[in-house]
Amino acid sequence: MSAAAAYFAMGGYAVFVWPAYAITGAVLGGLAVASWRRYRNSARALERLQRQLGARR
Amino acid sequence: MISRLANPARFMRLSAALLPWCAWATLAVTALGLYLALFAAPADYQQGEAVRIMYVHVPAAWMALNVYLFVAVASAVALVWRHPLAEIAARSAASIGAAFTFVCLTTGSLWGRPMWGAWWVWDARLTSVLVLFFLYLGYIGLVNGFDDPARGGRAGSVLALVGVVNLPIIKFSVDWWNTLHQPASVLRLGKPTIALSMLTPLLVMALGFTLLFATLLLLRMRAELNERKALALRLNTRPATAPPPTRAEAAAPAHPGGAAIRQAR
Repeated sequence: MSAAAAYFAMGGYAVFVWPAYAITGAVLGGLAVASWRRYRNSARALERLQRQLGARR
Repeated sequence: MISRLANPARFMRLSAALLPWCAWATLAVTALGLYLALFAAPADYQQGEAVRIMYVHVPAAWMALNVYLFVAVASAVALVWRHPLAEIAARSAASIGAAFTFVCLTTGSLWGRPMWGAWWVWDARLTSVLVLFFLYLGYIGLVNGFDDPARGGRAGSVLALVGVVNLPIIKFSVDWWNTLHQPASVLRLGKPTIALSMLTPLLVMALGFTLLFATLLLLRMRAELNERKALALRLNTRPATAPPPTRAEAAAPAHPGGAAIRQAR
């Protein structure tokens, strides 16, 4: 077994170790992306609204 | 009115300056933590390589508890002093805490299967953390369940404060009851019972998760403040006869013809 294969095998615990890191990355990364999108949309919506209100006055 | 808006305005300025620093620090510290956890740290003499699950599981568990404490303190401040930012902070932190709790439960399950021979056991530690997860979900459901964010915020704050009773139960469950879960090895009286070569990656990952919490909290608070400002602007400019907009309506990106449609109504 090559060194890399031995590393990824995690001493036989690969099916537990890698999913644990994958779930952590997916959940926290997903939350970060969702938070960023929500922020960007809220900033754009507010800016558009303020421009509309400013133009009407 | 001006004094009520002054603090959120100052928060928006301060958070805009702080946010990039928090985000880059999160990436740097987490990258270092992952390197230490996956490469530098040794395998355990009993658990072998499976011990590496600890470096995400334990920091996630600490965050699950600490973020709940944050939500509860912010809720108390919101209830007692009616500080406008406190309720927004509590509300914004709750989803992050729920995510950490979910990570804690799933990684714990993946660790429990090889070490205990079970994905899940109804022992005191596991069950009380599951209750914490449901408290987070209940809080999130409650604060978003009202058209008026202020009413939802008050109801949620009360739930968050009642749920604090669960925190010492989680912390001391491993001492009070016979549990399968091992007792604390870092946050205990006296020296930690964990080797330095494992303690270091653990603490670096914990710092990374804390920075992630700070980053996401600032980001979500800014989003919430933007959404509320948009809601207030829409309420003030709408004809008195029109029905009030719902939160979802106010949060949705403004339709290019939205203002015209509303005016026609």
